[in-house]
Amino acid sequence: MEASVNRRRSEITEDQMNRFSIAIFMVVPVVLIAQAPPAASPATPSKPGAAAAKKAAPKAKVSPSAVLRTPWGDPDLQGVWNDATSTPLQRPNGSISSKDVLSDEEAAEFQAQLANDLSRDRRDGGADADVNRAYNEHWMDARRLKITSDHRTSLIVDPPDGRIPPTVPLSPEREEARAARAAANARFNAGLPDSYKDMSLPVRCVIRTDSPPYLPTIYNNDFQIFQSPGHVVIAPEMIHSARIIPVDGTPHLSKNLHQWLGDSRGHWEGTTLVVETTNFRSDDGVIFQNANPDTFRITERFTRVDADTLNYEFTVSDPTTWTRPWTARIPWTKIDPKEQMYEYACHEDNYDIVHFLSGARIREKKGETK
Amino acid sequence: MRKCAVVASVAYAILVAGASSSDGQSFPTYRPPHMADGHPDLNGIWQAMVTANWDLQDHEAQARPHPEIMGEYGAGPAGQSIVEGGEIPYLPSALQKKKQNFEKRATVDVSSDKRWHELGDPELKCYMPGVPRATYMPFPFRIVQGSSPYILIAYEYASATRTIRMNTKQEAPTPSWMGWSRGHWEGDTLVVDVTGFREETWLDRAGDYHSEGLHVVERYTPASPYHLMYEATVEDPQVYSRPWKISFPLYRRMEKNVQLLEFKCASFAEELLYGGFSKQAAK
Repeated sequence: MEASVNRRRSEITEDQMNRFSIAIFMVVPVVLIAQAPPAASPATPSKPGAAAAKKAAPKAKVSPSAVLRTPWGDPDLQGVWNDATSTPLQRPNGSISSKDVLSDEEAAEFQAQLANDLSRDRRDGGADADVNRAYNEHWMDARRLKITSDHRTSLIVDPPDGRIPPTVPLSPEREEARAARAAANARFNAGLPDSYKDMSLPVRCVIRTDSPPYLPTIYNNDFQIFQSPGHVVIAPEMIHSARIIPVDGTPHLSKNLHQWLGDSRGHWEGTTLVVETTNFRSDDGVIFQNANPDTFRITERFTRVDADTLNYEFTVSDPTTWTRPWTARIPWTKIDPKEQMYEYACHEDNYDIVHFLSGARIREKKGETK
Repeated sequence: MRKCAVVASVAYAILVAGASSSDGQSFPTYRPPHMADGHPDLNGIWQAMVTANWDLQDHEAQARPHPEIMGEYGAGPAGQSIVEGGEIPYLPSALQKKKQNFEKRATVDVSSDKRWHELGDPELKCYMPGVPRATYMPFPFRIVQGSSPYILIAYEYASATRTIRMNTKQEAPTPSWMGWSRGHWEGDTLVVDVTGFREETWLDRAGDYHSEGLHVVERYTPASPYHLMYEATVEDPQVYSRPWKISFPLYRRMEKNVQLLEFKCASFAEELLYGGFSKQAAK
């Protein structure tokens, strides 16, 4: 049960990915944690290797020349940034599990292995795999085949084992909600969804990776940052929601107001933008791994470390979901503004919802059951 | 105390000097504060007060579709045309489509990919509103103007956004719902040239529409610390006999701590769009 909780989001996205793979024009929500092999039983957390315990991942260093300022004096984060990488959120098991940072040679090997695993242009998996991979590399972000420049084996930098911490026992209500969601997923994955409500928020184009924490996905990994005096605004290419972050000291929304993207407030610590986000809605799938909106906390830190690199780091905690807080770091790379960021009209042409549902109704008439 | 009185009387004098004798007059000359780059600062949350989203042209208060369910909730307010000259100059052949649009404005049929967009007001389905409709939807929007060559407009409705690219000649790479916006300054006016539209957006709930050849030129001019004058010239030779113009003020939202909230309406349109394909409904 706990293992399924731990891997929940990856399972949903992976399964729904497989459904989507067939639909060339449908856009796909896949978070790269889907690549991470299942955790060893979370009840017995994997022990960090000696090497990993000794040397924590190096802290990001900010080169003095990187501290660009806006005319009104804030650190300047404006630009279009990309967060694609093949480095998995969680450190894979196996021989690599004892290393947090790889040598150049090991890194080359790790990258080649991941690129091979992720490639959708391979034709060595049989007919079923071929059909799934018809949604091929043409549609994917090529940057997602490279590991992070710091050669880490996981995006998670804390805990030192590079894995999401074990979960705590959940309340009966939350267990029930998760079971209901799992049943809906099972219907969807069997090609027999009862209604659009059996589909996840990303499939329904309500939210995708436009909601924090930002994790790399198969495409649309661009984020354009806008700034004005008192505000930082992040416009992700994945759906068009602009995340407006006041940095002017105004208070959070009243606790009565909840939003899909939560309510963000930022402040500057040196050259780092620190963002706290609260007031998330409690709908299934809004918060990472369906943590508890009443106790979930997320802090994101954006630091421009040089002209072309922004370090994105987030720490999440929820004592009613995980045994301890955890932190991941993803370097964002500045892209040439001439590389167009396109409008992402997800809901407007979401033909596949109808395809899935009308297909299910036909199968029911034929007497098919899951 | 005395200082306050002086300030108050000066303010009153300005008010009297600036105010016109009747409602809805033009603003007195205004010189807005400028940002470091020398251009006016348009940052803030703005909202139109016109009822053009119901109908750009003159419209009486009226019940809308399904009054038997909606009662007064479904009724729309009366409003005066914001179109210069009052009427949109449709080509005779195009007027018929507008009328059909209106008749089918609350009808939706997504059973066919090819006919997906044929029926119903896109607003009913929570599709991105396009330009200029986004400006006069009954929702606020935020202009984000910094020191980069991009200005963002974030609309509360449908979480739609558009990026205005300043001083570029680049053409639209592909059609989009919110169009391809290129901006430049003419004095204190931000002029935005918008092309590259998808043809599916409508201009209001009355069925006013355009083709993919739509070309909109917008002008945002600071009229006071609390107002922007908005003008848009709309051109589309496939649908209209000549370019036409709308104009109205945008008001700065002044409530304490006001911010854009979410109106992610996709979730509100799902039952209408997809409910008929669910298990119970199909039986």
